Amino acid sequence: MKILDFEKPIYEIDKKIQELKKMLGEDSQLEEEIANLERRARELKEKIYKNLNRWQKVQLARHPDRPHAVDYIKGMVQDFIELHGDRNFRDDPSIITGLGFIDDYKVAIIAEEKGRDTKEKIWRNFGMPHPEGYRKAMRIMRLADKFRIPVITLVDTPGAFPGIGAEERGQAQAIAESIKLMLKLRVPVITAIIGEGGSGGALAIAVANVVLALRYSIYSVISPEGCASILWRDSTRASEAAEALKLTAEDLFEFGIIDEIVEEPPGGAHWDPHVAVENLKVALLKHLKSLLRLSPEELKKQRMAKFRSFGVFAEK
Amino acid sequence: MLFRKRKKIEGEKKDIPEGLFLKCEKCGELFYKNQLEKNLWVCPKCGFHFRVGVDFYKKILFDDGDFIKHFAADLESQDPLDFPGYKEKLDRAKAKTGLKEAAVSGLARINGREVVFFLTDFRFLGGSMGSVYGEIFYRAAQEAIKRNIPFISLTSSGGGARMHEGIFSLMQMVKTTVAVVEMEEKGIPFISVLTDPTMGGVMASFASLGDIIIAEPGALLGFAGPRVIQQTIKQDLPTGFQRSEFLLEKGFVDMVVPRKELKSVLSKLLDILGGENGRSQTG
Ligand SMILES: [Zn+2]
Repeated sequence: MKILDFEKPIYEIDKKIQELKKMLGEDSQLEEEIANLERRARELKEKIYKNLNRWQKVQLARHPDRPHAVDYIKGMVQDFIELHGDRNFRDDPSIITGLGFIDDYKVAIIAEEKGRDTKEKIWRNFGMPHPEGYRKAMRIMRLADKFRIPVITLVDTPGAFPGIGAEERGQAQAIAESIKLMLKLRVPVITAIIGEGGSGGALAIAVANVVLALRYSIYSVISPEGCASILWRDSTRASEAAEALKLTAEDLFEFGIIDEIVEEPPGGAHWDPHVAVENLKVALLKHLKSLLRLSPEELKKQRMAKFRSFGVFAEK
Repeated sequence: MLFRKRKKIEGEKKDIPEGLFLKCEKCGELFYKNQLEKNLWVCPKCGFHFRVGVDFYKKILFDDGDFIKHFAADLESQDPLDFPGYKEKLDRAKAKTGLKEAAVSGLARINGREVVFFLTDFRFLGGSMGSVYGEIFYRAAQEAIKRNIPFISLTSSGGGARMHEGIFSLMQMVKTTVAVVEMEEKGIPFISVLTDPTMGGVMASFASLGDIIIAEPGALLGFAGPRVIQQTIKQDLPTGFQRSEFLLEKGFVDMVVPRKELKSVLSKLLDILGGENGRSQTG
């Protein structure tokens, strides 16, 4: 288990509590001490997580134990049927697509998946899609549009893959076409940023009527490392770059780029994945129900108008 | 992502430097500057296309040498993130180029036919796309719809989305695409001309969505910058990788058109796509 620096004090108290609990059978005087420690742990968690800086939030968003797309799909979607391939080149494991139900609502799922262990990470290319991944996503969008199935997308990627094959097969064109297709869909589209929203590679599946973000997720035009190496020619100054980029869920909510922050359990989703999954499910259902009241034409119009409105400028 | 050059890579181009003589960056031949200018900044020996700014394209493409009417010329960039050094960078870019932003648009005539033209200039923060860039594009598209005339974009945007405006820049990829969808629904022809370099978020949005896509010879075109790719895959990139001719071969542009022929090719396309039957007066 990976423990981030700022999480260490919490883990230490937690360990002590577990040890004391083991000894509890022999000595009932410990009860009071355990209660004290548990209170302190709660307070400490609250204090630490209330004061996280942006770089620490980036680390939480990328935390190796953070629930991934597969965990959300497993926890939220019943009768999930995965669909494969772009019908052109290959099946890209960086993007999972399929059909299923959330409670009684049918949904089409498009989700970026980084992979858990080393072997899976390599297979899924660390969640960095190739063009065929976006073309598979577009296939499922068209399918959903045809059969009037709402589209749910889960974003978690460092970015679209920068490689020779990706360029040869038109990475830029695939992303552009995906953005365009999403704008034109006549079904409800909801996006949830569950971890890392890496630039165009995230945006390609994030043109939605409603965009949600988990409390400790990020969404940015460039990675803090990339930004730092451009600004200061020094990728180790990523924490400063994270501050400059204002890339946290709270920042994005303040800017009006996302519509709602989905709460995570104290300390982040990895402390209690079930709570994170349940919270997202509740939020998705709430928005899905309200979007289903709109006509196909209204859904498209709302999406177009929403993205047309983004931008900050002066006019003299 | 902002693509920035550090050490020179194969065929990488630079802005036109000061001085009387100029060496071709590709073949190394020395030329008088005015000799090159007469040749539209194309090397007479090897055909290398130097980077030129928006004013030069206006001069060689438009009947009047300039817009008949400017659109959205009053828009000015803000600093929504309070990003380190951004205001100073904007000021310097304005002073250096005489432009207010990386993008301009207006009404122009090409061989007698009216079009809305959108151009970007690499010298202004790498031609990167921020909020003003996106808004200018959107409004220009609305003008084309209102007037029912074709829309042409000519891009030189090395960085794609402008880092200094963070998430707002990323969203311009969608805003410009909203404009493309609206033009499509009204049957407005959209021609995208890609010049050196067109990368990142610009290439991954409207620039790749033209009904017709034209590239100037030798332009760097793609999603990820070659340096980022090199660092990621840790191997050398093939010769000509991400250049116009490479994209033509892979099927991502319709044609590679030398600068000298650009106006006549655009004119012919406008005759065919532009609506009523018959050629334009001088087409
Ligand atoms: Zn030459």
